[in-house]
Amino acid sequence: MARSAHPAGYSGLPRWIMVPAALGFGAVLLPLAALAARVDWAGFLPLVTSASSLAALGLSLRTAAASTVLCLVLGIPTALVLARASFPGQQLLRALVLLPLVLPPVVGGIALLYTFGRRGLLGPALEVAGIQIAFSTAAVVLAQTFVALPFLVVSLEGALRTAGHRYEAVAATLGARPTTVLTRVTLPLILPGLASGAVLAFARALGEFGATLTFAGSLQGVTRTLPLEIYLQRETDPDAAVALSLVLVAVAAAVVGLAYRRTLSGALGVGGR
Amino acid sequence: MRALRGPAALAAAGALALAGCGAGGTAPAESGNGAGGSLTVFAAASLQQVFTELAGAFEQQHPGTDVVLNFAGSSDLATQITAGAPADVFAAADTRTMDQLAAASLLAGEPEEFASNTLTIVVPPDNPAGIDSFADLAEPGTAVVVCAPQVPCGAAAEKAAAAAGTTLQPASEEASVTDVLGKVSSGEADAGLVYITDARNAAGRVTAVPFAEAAAAVNTYPIAAVDGSGQQQLAAEFIDLVTGGTGRQVLSAAGFGLP
Repeated sequence: MARSAHPAGYSGLPRWIMVPAALGFGAVLLPLAALAARVDWAGFLPLVTSASSLAALGLSLRTAAASTVLCLVLGIPTALVLARASFPGQQLLRALVLLPLVLPPVVGGIALLYTFGRRGLLGPALEVAGIQIAFSTAAVVLAQTFVALPFLVVSLEGALRTAGHRYEAVAATLGARPTTVLTRVTLPLILPGLASGAVLAFARALGEFGATLTFAGSLQGVTRTLPLEIYLQRETDPDAAVALSLVLVAVAAAVVGLAYRRTLSGALGVGGR
Repeated sequence: MRALRGPAALAAAGALALAGCGAGGTAPAESGNGAGGSLTVFAAASLQQVFTELAGAFEQQHPGTDVVLNFAGSSDLATQITAGAPADVFAAADTRTMDQLAAASLLAGEPEEFASNTLTIVVPPDNPAGIDSFADLAEPGTAVVVCAPQVPCGAAAEKAAAAAGTTLQPASEEASVTDVLGKVSSGEADAGLVYITDARNAAGRVTAVPFAEAAAAVNTYPIAAVDGSGQQQLAAEFIDLVTGGTGRQVLSAAGFGLP
């Protein structure tokens, strides 16, 4: 809102900053342009509509959607506790929960292996329950959730802190129970933050590679998501790898673009009132 | 009220980009830019131990010479060389990748075959599924992990299965031998198919179960000087070392077969 309102013609920026900024834009955009330039357009459609490509794309969309739902189910309470509750060790817990943001995904995969694997921490219990996670689509969803959850938590906690306590306090003094306050006041207030967090989580899940490779394996239609398919195709068919990479870039760009538009219009809608 | 949301989202987006950087990908090793006395050798990942030893021997024989080694999957290395990476010598784990470079006129001479490698079954040390033959791999309920057919070890696994007259129903088709070994040594899989040399390197973490049908799927390792190398003489001498007595001794000690 007020941040973007500045006198016309004055950006408040020294001119020289345009040079490193241009380099910054280039650092991201140039490799993407180079990728697009490498696409074999004549063969693009057959390459991206082959059975293995479609299976990988379908699996990626399904697992990323499932892990986004799981992220919401687990992430909303986590963010609420981190933002609203107060207990000893909270700072440490927050840092630990956000750890997957900076962890190499392979490390996440190894950690998951020793948690949910057949010989992992929960392995024997899962086996008794008749749940087989190894080499299943569930393993993919777990890996994606592990790496994507912090994105949801971090953007949701920010939204919660920004929204403040005021409306919740008012609702409580008017006699609303905590659950009512949560569902009728808190969650509607942070809806835009929730949406952008969910989209970030979805995008991160879609791009998940290292943890999936380490923990879930790679089998067409079961565990081989689009990034794994690209990694494998590269071995024999670089053209297919490039074409699929472009598909992944397009899907990710669409998702992020959609989210920012919705967040922006949501923000404007609230701000107008 | 919403002022902080933008930065929060940006921070998260930045972290997203950072996290993305961590995913896989093989960066080309530092190049020795051909400066006097430096020989750059690109070799298949399975040759790491052997070539590290041979490079040491070569440096001792040629004082002042520095051998720069770059290990990765054969097709990764071939891609890097095609893209202009400064390699003087290339050693591949299969003839297919070498043939690709030959077809692109990127080799300085005829490739020489210097080693061979054979598949073996590997199982976790306690062999939970009681695997002792190739046919056991096809038993229902056995979690078998192989390389994908697109990579050399996967192509070999398919040949072995055809020779055994069985069809495997793998739980996973990995992109590299390392990933297969990881699944077996962690106990996630009951068995996997890797090369004898890989199994030997992982001794203690996995147990090898040799099988007769492996003879149908032997991989040959070719080595060649790369075209445009400024070190043709050193490259030729390094290839002589690998294909000569010292090379044969080190290779067979590591479990490689000799042509």
